[in-house]
Amino acid sequence: MTQPDVVMDVRNLSTWFEQSGGLFSRGQHQSVKAVDGVTFDIRKGEIFGLVGESGSGKTTLGRTLLGLVPATAGQVLYKGQDLTTLSEKAYRPLRRHLAMIFQDPNASLNPAMTVVQGVGHPLRIHGLASSRAEVRASVAEMLERCGLAPATNYLDVYPEDLSGGQKQRLVIARALITRPEFVVADEPVAALDMSVRAKVLELMMDLKDDLGLTYLYITHDLSSGRFVCDRMAIMYLGQMVEWGDAALIYDDPHHPYTDALLDAVPLPDPSRRDRQKRLPSGEIPDALSPPRGCSFHPRCPVARPDCGWGGRDLIDALEHRWTRVDADTFERELDMVGDLAGASADAATLRLPGADAEQVRSLLTTIGSTLSPSLVDAVVAVEPDRGDTVVVFGFGPEPVGQDVAGRVVACHIHGVTRRPDGKHGGRVPTQG
Amino acid sequence: MTANAPMPEPALRVRDLQVAYGTPRGSLQAVDGVSFDLAPGESLGIVGESGCGKSSMGRGLMQLLPPGAAVGGSVLLNGEELIGVDAGRLRRARGEDIAMVFQEPMTRLDPLMRVSKHFVEAIRAHRPEVSKADARQMGRDILAQMGIPPTRADNYPHEFSGGMRQRIMIALGIVLQPTVIIADEPTTALDVIVEAQILDLLDRLRTDENVGLLLITHNLGLVAETCDRVAVMYAGRIVEIGPVVDVFANPRHPYTQGLLRSVISIETTKLVSIDGTPPDLVDPPAGCRFAPRCAQAFGDCTTVDPVLADVDVGHRAACLLQTGSYPQRMGVTA
Amino acid sequence: MAAPERPPAPAAPVAVAPSRRELIRGRIDHTFKPWRKANPMARRLVIVGVLMTSVFAVLALLPSVVAPYAEDQYRYIAGTTDNPDGGEARVDCVAVGCEQLPRREAPSSAHPFGTTSARFDVMSRIVHGSRVAFAIVILSTGLAMGIGVPLGLWSGYRGGKVDRILVTLMDAVYVIPGLLLAIIVAFVLQQYFDPGLASATVAVGVVYVPQYYRVIRNHTLSVKEEPFVEAARAIGASPRTIVTRYVFFNVVQSVPVIFTLNAADAVLTLAGLGFLGYGVPFPQAEWGLDVSQALSDVVAGFWWTAFFPGMAIMLLVTGLTLIGEGLNDIVNPLLRLKGFKGKVPARARTNAQTAGGAAEPSDGAGQ
Repeated sequence: MTQPDVVMDVRNLSTWFEQSGGLFSRGQHQSVKAVDGVTFDIRKGEIFGLVGESGSGKTTLGRTLLGLVPATAGQVLYKGQDLTTLSEKAYRPLRRHLAMIFQDPNASLNPAMTVVQGVGHPLRIHGLASSRAEVRASVAEMLERCGLAPATNYLDVYPEDLSGGQKQRLVIARALITRPEFVVADEPVAALDMSVRAKVLELMMDLKDDLGLTYLYITHDLSSGRFVCDRMAIMYLGQMVEWGDAALIYDDPHHPYTDALLDAVPLPDPSRRDRQKRLPSGEIPDALSPPRGCSFHPRCPVARPDCGWGGRDLIDALEHRWTRVDADTFERELDMVGDLAGASADAATLRLPGADAEQVRSLLTTIGSTLSPSLVDAVVAVEPDRGDTVVVFGFGPEPVGQDVAGRVVACHIHGVTRRPDGKHGGRVPTQG
Repeated sequence: MTANAPMPEPALRVRDLQVAYGTPRGSLQAVDGVSFDLAPGESLGIVGESGCGKSSMGRGLMQLLPPGAAVGGSVLLNGEELIGVDAGRLRRARGEDIAMVFQEPMTRLDPLMRVSKHFVEAIRAHRPEVSKADARQMGRDILAQMGIPPTRADNYPHEFSGGMRQRIMIALGIVLQPTVIIADEPTTALDVIVEAQILDLLDRLRTDENVGLLLITHNLGLVAETCDRVAVMYAGRIVEIGPVVDVFANPRHPYTQGLLRSVISIETTKLVSIDGTPPDLVDPPAGCRFAPRCAQAFGDCTTVDPVLADVDVGHRAACLLQTGSYPQRMGVTA
Repeated sequence: MAAPERPPAPAAPVAVAPSRRELIRGRIDHTFKPWRKANPMARRLVIVGVLMTSVFAVLALLPSVVAPYAEDQYRYIAGTTDNPDGGEARVDCVAVGCEQLPRREAPSSAHPFGTTSARFDVMSRIVHGSRVAFAIVILSTGLAMGIGVPLGLWSGYRGGKVDRILVTLMDAVYVIPGLLLAIIVAFVLQQYFDPGLASATVAVGVVYVPQYYRVIRNHTLSVKEEPFVEAARAIGASPRTIVTRYVFFNVVQSVPVIFTLNAADAVLTLAGLGFLGYGVPFPQAEWGLDVSQALSDVVAGFWWTAFFPGMAIMLLVTGLTLIGEGLNDIVNPLLRLKGFKGKVPARARTNAQTAGGAAEPSDGAGQ
């Protein structure tokens, strides 16, 4: 079986941002793991979709691939060369082959350059055109390809005089004028009107065929992904949760998050509005302190006891419950858990100062079914300790991608896996 | 709504609303005569693309326009006229009768003030007789309704995520039980799951508290999923208005047709767009404003200005193709 | 939040590539765009300021046209206004007959601004003083710009240790009151060089370097984060190219504003230096110097020797300040559309009609 031609081979890539403790930080010197150990490849001629919401790390991943943000660990292999080891200076000649299309057409073009200067600048930088006339001719040809015709109307205009759709075409023209091989398109149509999006997407796909391009298409909009992508990956908090053939994933998602995303996407068809939607509660957690085990477990409708439950989850679940009960119940239960504000949680335990173990145990037994599924099942012990109560959680490993039904999914539902260097929750079993 | 059912008093009755901005080139007519009714507990979606005037209209209704902008026409809230009324009455109306939810909640919350304090101030500004303790409790109750736990009610705005801040904004807006909520792109900055949650919440409010909802958005999917009726705006005017099911299934105005065709959804099999660009609103063209881009335009389209006229029960469109060459004036039906 | 996006139209069709002249014209057009969009008040400020300043500019450029006497002329050849000590050839006063200018004469038809105790014509001193003022102000602000702008650009874009050192250094200089700093510098320079145009220029110029540095640096810091700068990196531009072609032109628009406001301040600083004797040396004409020399006159009741130089300082500073404030409003408008009012068509006032619910117009139809 022939190996498909791989353009980008990404191995265990991580991009962490150091968060220096400011005056108001919570005390810990943490890093934001924007991209956390991602492995995948992109094949020649395909459109690989990277889908996720804000905070998922998709934008950072795109920029790391192109060296605009330095990688913390891992490799990005382009034609056998590891791009992460290159200095900024060494990277520059490669930029004619690796291009980027940006999201905001109003801010991605230099206001001080005319169209011909701005779009033609890459040619100058890489020495692909030697005279002003040559640059002009190349830019004109590219503009016509991008649907801005007659090109002479646009060459000496400043970008601010053009509409959003026209500006985005300029951004595309500038990216593709050096005939790159690999293009990262970061939300290329998100800032455009609905009626203009289709045209620009169509342009991008036509150009892919004409110029033999390979795209990494980054978007938060699942709707466009279906039509555009060949393969795709769903990202959540810096990790890929499901990736593989796009049609397969859309038709038959195997990760609860993918499922939720697909359910939540509004359909422009009023007759289908009452369809069943299983929406997870809560929102994407703070990237500075992501959940242990599987990052999605606090919101997952089908979570299991070994998905990485911990002390913080218990507090969040209690608070969520208290929004739905009356004031008396709230007060009573708040008393039973002692000093909640002073509680401290680490990977395996939750310490409730001043709480009585018996009371906590009975509380958990009574209300367990109203909290998140499997949360109480994950508790292995409730012990008194020096006047406080310590709630101990069972082991919850961080999942690894496994091959299931033709794609790769990172979810314990399909079999519990364990990522060696992951952030695991709960008490690690002594037998390993 | 059938023609024979008794018409409840509309919560909001807008007639010939106009909004104009001053620019160096002259007066820009952003909203050029918009009329509609909003019944209590009904949800009306205002849909359009950038430059169509929907945001200006939303702000014009609340008269939250920048200096130099002019508003005209009539806005009847529960029978009371809002245009031209004094500043004090207007201030009271905003908050007690109409609530507005904007796109960027962080810019509307005071970062130096605890969330609970926001509520106390808002409540006591309109109802000074309410004690601080009662106001705090009202705030907590409504926050709990919005899914914000009582243990977090005293946090500062920056300690909440985007979705929670939007919930706080909504809570602030409805704590005094307004009759109408105007939501201007409330979920554009939020991810799709949180968006679905917020819309769910707004929908619950609508049915439980009988609050009218005016949802201004460019996202047709949202409108399809949450609104009873929809009004499509183009170049400062409503070009089509009617029940959501009807308008989506059977759009009568060529712009609506083009817009619906161009929407990209999970089920899209072909990419379609609308050619051309919207007209200049400082100096709009004569006749139908969509005519230059319309594939079905004919002779009269560039000379006669179409008015909204019935094309079906409760469904109106402003297009000469649908209503013949003669402009017809008809009474307003909800 | 203001007016919705104005739908644009591409430029008119051009059959062939535009000529060099048309390109330059286009560039100038583009630069003057903010002027056209500016509110009327700002434009008025600039125009008034330009008028006031240009009066002095004319005086500076053509001193001999306006001024009847030389700046240090205390006597004249009888029947003319020529200066016997001014030309190359020595004029024999005994032979020709020279007369001295009156001393401390009040303003009259012969001397519209009067004369000083040293028999100088005040009006001539004012005119020649314009030349000095303009020369030093332009040179010193030019010097300050030439040092401050490149440093600010480099420091802002590069960041790191160099940036931190420069910021601290510039802040330290900025903290010292302007006039005091100028005096110190002038004093030091006078130990090594003769007092004159050059030392005064440097003394005044040094004061303004931190301002240019700070403004350009701060603006660079924010422009650096713009997507188009990242895009420049993405296409492979070197840092030098990025700074000169992407950042520079987008931060430079603050410079004209600072320039004019600095120029106004420089006139004052120069006058201050001159007042204290650290500017250009006597008998060169300098307004501040003249004011200091006139102090004893004022006590004795002779007002014109101090009044006119003082007025000149005030008017020039005001003129430059007006230009600066006007430009500021044009380049950095608080609300771009301030001063423009929207107009709603008269038919819209239908408040009276709607209450009853009688046959109302369904919606706005074109009329």
